[in-house]
This record gives sequence, structure tokens and C-alpha cells, in this order.
Amino acid sequence: MKKNKKNDLSNFKKLNRRDLLIGASSIGAFSLAPKNLLSEEVNPENLPPNLPEWTQYLGDGVDVNPYGMPSEFEGHVIRRNVEWLTASAESSVNFTPLQDLEGIVTPNGLCFERHHGGVSVINPQDFRLMINGLVDREMIFTLDDLKRFPQTNKFYFLECAANGGMEWRGSQLNGCQYTFGMVHNVQYTGVKLSDLLLETGLKEKAKWVLAEGSDSSGMTRSIPIEKILDDCIIAWAMNGEALRPEQGYPARLVVPGWEGNMWVKWIRRLEFGDKPYMTREETSKYTDLLTSGKARMFTWVMDAKSVITSPSPEKPILAKGLHQLRGLAWSGRGKIKRVDVSIDGGKNWKTAQLHSPVLSKSLTRFTFPFEWNGEELLLQSRAIDETNYVQPTIGELQKIRGVNSIYHNNSIATWLVSKNGKVDNVRLG
Amino acid sequence: MLGLVSFILSFSLIIFLANTTTANDRKYNLGQIATSEEVAGWDIDVRPDGLGAPIGSGTAFSGEEIYAEVCAACHGDFGEGADRWPPLVGGEGSLASHDPEKTATSYWPYASTIFDYIYRAMPYGEAQSLSYDETYEIVAYLLYMGDIIEEDFVLSDKNIGEIEMPNRDGFLLPDPRPDIRNTHGNPCMSNCQVSTKIIGKARDIDVTPEDE
Repeated sequence: MKKNKKNDLSNFKKLNRRDLLIGASSIGAFSLAPKNLLSEEVNPENLPPNLPEWTQYLGDGVDVNPYGMPSEFEGHVIRRNVEWLTASAESSVNFTPLQDLEGIVTPNGLCFERHHGGVSVINPQDFRLMINGLVDREMIFTLDDLKRFPQTNKFYFLECAANGGMEWRGSQLNGCQYTFGMVHNVQYTGVKLSDLLLETGLKEKAKWVLAEGSDSSGMTRSIPIEKILDDCIIAWAMNGEALRPEQGYPARLVVPGWEGNMWVKWIRRLEFGDKPYMTREETSKYTDLLTSGKARMFTWVMDAKSVITSPSPEKPILAKGLHQLRGLAWSGRGKIKRVDVSIDGGKNWKTAQLHSPVLSKSLTRFTFPFEWNGEELLLQSRAIDETNYVQPTIGELQKIRGVNSIYHNNSIATWLVSKNGKVDNVRLG
Repeated sequence: MLGLVSFILSFSLIIFLANTTTANDRKYNLGQIATSEEVAGWDIDVRPDGLGAPIGSGTAFSGEEIYAEVCAACHGDFGEGADRWPPLVGGEGSLASHDPEKTATSYWPYASTIFDYIYRAMPYGEAQSLSYDETYEIVAYLLYMGDIIEEDFVLSDKNIGEIEMPNRDGFLLPDPRPDIRNTHGNPCMSNCQVSTKIIGKARDIDVTPEDE
């Protein structure tokens, strides 16, 4: 076999890499188990001066994977959930593996999911968007109709208002993914509502929109008309392809910079009215209870926030010497202006490097090189946005809001790096 | 003759264009006008003032049976919740405590929201299967368990906008954020006075899921 290097099709089957692996009875070592295979032992047969199998034999041909998937060695890069959080998987949430991602684009299959009645399965031919209420013309649009309007392509982060909600009273979940992973960042393609509404017209008294999903929770949120006309989008694509079913296929609402619950998926209706509708989601949920027993309502904007994605509890430090601290920052009020990093728990700070593109209401990547010589570190990052808002400590938030508000915890987290390189989510005080 | 046909066609085209542009004043001429029947089928929301409430009625007395049939399995016979499914009533006076209980009767500011949500999303997995009367009955039963109405009170589209919920004035507007100390984008950079004592570790709480 070693000498058979003819690149003709008759040999293709024989030389298929997968067949070779089966022949060598080594498929177990390449199973899809969700483990970080980097930590498994290396095979010296593949290292210099030896010749690895993949260098010598033909690999898969085209069309073996008509829709390409990540390398089988990346099986650990998956969404994960916390089962004890919710009563049912159909009304639940999972988390984006931020610790394994680079740059600012979240791959479509890794965008965290939050459903209230499971994932609706909708044939795009059966999709209809109804616009009714205080408009000049009550109208219905098909998906093809929407795609004929002038289109927009924009990167935006979507963050659940409850991201970090388990951390109000103390450090509870030991992972970057579980404490910050209810956020994702993709490029949306769609029609701006300010364009779409030229077709329906608006009555002067129209001040609020009820956005309604067609899923089995009939998700509904009230949105002020100023926001709708400013930058909201009906999107049908993310990162260049159709929305994923779990992200609202075939169309969803995009509400840039505002809490994810408002970005109604599987959108079916926009109703215009003169008052807010006070739906379940904006009264019993997504209101922020203070120590006084009163609750803030309509807290829509996601304030500036940042997270160190590596090192992190999932990404321990494996060797002494130079490392690149990596992280993400974002703000619902605009662009990230600066990110500071501390390795001593917030006593001293240095400014990290921001990587382009730095976009408004989008995740922004930062890095910071540092030397590690086996000492304990207390890692923190602090975002500052273009409004000069500075990401607060948890103490600053607790002082004003108490510990029961669940939502809008945008505080600075602390990762303890121990002498053995392990990393823990800790609370300082 | 051809000229005449051409003239008539052109004239028709002008009338056609006039009808679709000036009469509607639409910029793109995309989409269809919705019929009132189409709108009525999907426009199910109910607002705090009762706008949108469908014609119907029910009492707590009549609601006990339907509640037991379609709600109690998850929410308990008395709205106390079951397993991790949420309680629906109780928690009055708890909102300012360390462990607040936010239920439909202790926390929700409007009865309309309870009707709207139950009709559109409940029973879980069988959305919009209840009749309007059944929905009024269940809402009346919850309000009765929360001591908000009497057992024989007839809840209906006429009065759902007038129910006074206990936490009606429990919400603050507008959003006061940013609500933290404003450092004008220039926070402390060196020798900052902060505590770096570790007071808690997620590892010790031990509730983080582990990969199998």
C-alpha cells in the first residue's frame, strides 16, 4: 500500500482514510466523544522524522461531507446546558462555548439556544409575517416578499439578560461557558423595519410594537417604536446562510444591543398600539427585583461587559512562559472603546489590545500577552464603551440592586489561576 | 387600429399604476393586504386595559375542575408548584425578603397578562387549545386562590381590565441605568483600593455539570 500513490479513482475507495483507520483497528482513538483530545497522548509515529499516515495516503474526496462539519478532534466544542436550572428541555437554555472560539463570529451551530416552547419547524412556504394595529394598511408578507426589500447586513451580539444570573450571590458555576455563554455574535441579513413599514404606513398614535413569535410559547414582547424605527431588523440569514431552526428559522426579529428575549424568533406578527402590552415576559420575567421589593421594568439595554475566555476554568495554563490572554467585550450602547486587564484581582490594570473590526453592538476581541512562572493570579477584565461607561464590580451592582434582580449582571468576573495552572471562578470581597 | 389598441393598453396601464401607487401610497408594492378574518385569527393579545380581551366569562367556582384537569399536574392542586414547575400563587409579602416568591398573584401587575399567557401558551405543549370561557375560569380560579376575587365573581372581557392586582404599583419606570459610579471612562489603573480576598469558589459549591 505504501507504494500505491496513483491518484486514480479506482484506488480511491481502497485509500480512503476512514477505511485505513478501520483496517488499523484504531477508530476508537478517533471517536467523537466530547473530550479535549489535546490532552490525550501524542502518537510519536506521527512526529518528525516519521511520516504520518495523512501525509502518505489519500484523504476523503469531495462530497463525503456535503455540508462540512468541524474536525472530529473538535468534538468538545459544543453547547452545554445546566439541567437542574429548568423543568423541561423545551423551555430551557444552553450556553455558547466562548472559551473555544476565536475572533468575533460565533459559528451558527454554537450559538446558545433559549426556547420557551421548543424549536418550531416551519416550511418557509408557510411563513407569514402579519403587521396589524395602528398602521395605514394591515398587511401580510411572505418570506419571498421580505427578501425583495432593500437588505441590510450587520454584525450584532445577542445576549440573554439572564447571562451571569446565577452569579449574583456568589461564584456558583465553574466555567466561562456557564457564566458568560448566553451570548453570541453573528452577521444578520434582513430588512430594516423602517423600510418594511413604508409598505404598511404608521398611524400617528402608534407608539409601541408587540412582536409575537409563532412558536408554542407565542413569545411576545413590547418594543417602543423609536427603537423599531432606529435599527431593528427582520432577519432571515445569519453568517451567510439561512437562520438555524433553533435561532428562529425562517425569520426572527433583531433588536441590536437590547436583551435577547426581545429578539422574537419564528416571528409571525407585529402589532402597533399606543401603549405597551405588558406581556408575561416583560412583567413576571425580565424585570429586576430590588431589595425594596420594587422591580425595575423595561430594562432593555445590555450594558458593557467583558470576559476572559482563556485562561478560564475550561482553559487551564499548561506551561510556564509566554501566554496570550484572550477575551471578548461588548456593549449595547455602542462600540467598545477600551478593555483593561488585571492579573492581581483589580489592584493594577493594563490596557489590552483590541482587534479589528470593532463594531457597534458587536462582540469585540481583545488579547493581552503575559508571562506565567507558576505563581497565583487573579485575572479580571474591564470593558469601557464609547459612552465612557465602565464595567462595574459585582459589589457596585449589589450595593444598588441587591442580589435578587437575576437579570443584567454585567459585573467583572475573577478567575483564580492556581500554582498548578488550574483556573477557578472565584468571588473577591 | 393598432394605434387605438396601443392607446387603450397604455391608458389601462396608467390606470393600473395609478391604482397601485397613489391609491395605496406604498413605496415597494410588496406583500398583501390582510383580511379582517386573517387578523382576527392571529391577533390574540390582551392588554392591561382589557383591549383585545375575547368575549367570554368564568368564575373560580367553575374553574376548579378545569384547573385540576389541565394545570394541577405541573402547578399543584393549589397552585403551589410541583417539582421544578413554578408555583402560581402564594408569596404575598415576600418580595422584599431574601428569598422572594414571584407568583402570578404576588408579583404580576395585571390580570390581563395571566389571561393572555394562559390562552397563548398553556397548557404547556397544547397552546391555544383552551376555550375563552375555560381561560377566564382558570384565571378566576388563580385570582381566587390569591385572595384577589371572590369565588363567585364573574370574570369576563368586560372587567378583566379593572382587576386590581396586589403588586400593580410594584414596578419602577423608566430604566435608571447607567446606575453605577460614573468614572467618565477613567477608572483607577494602579494601586487601586480593592479587596483581593477570596470569599467564595464555584468549585466548592459543586453544582457545575461535568462532561461525561
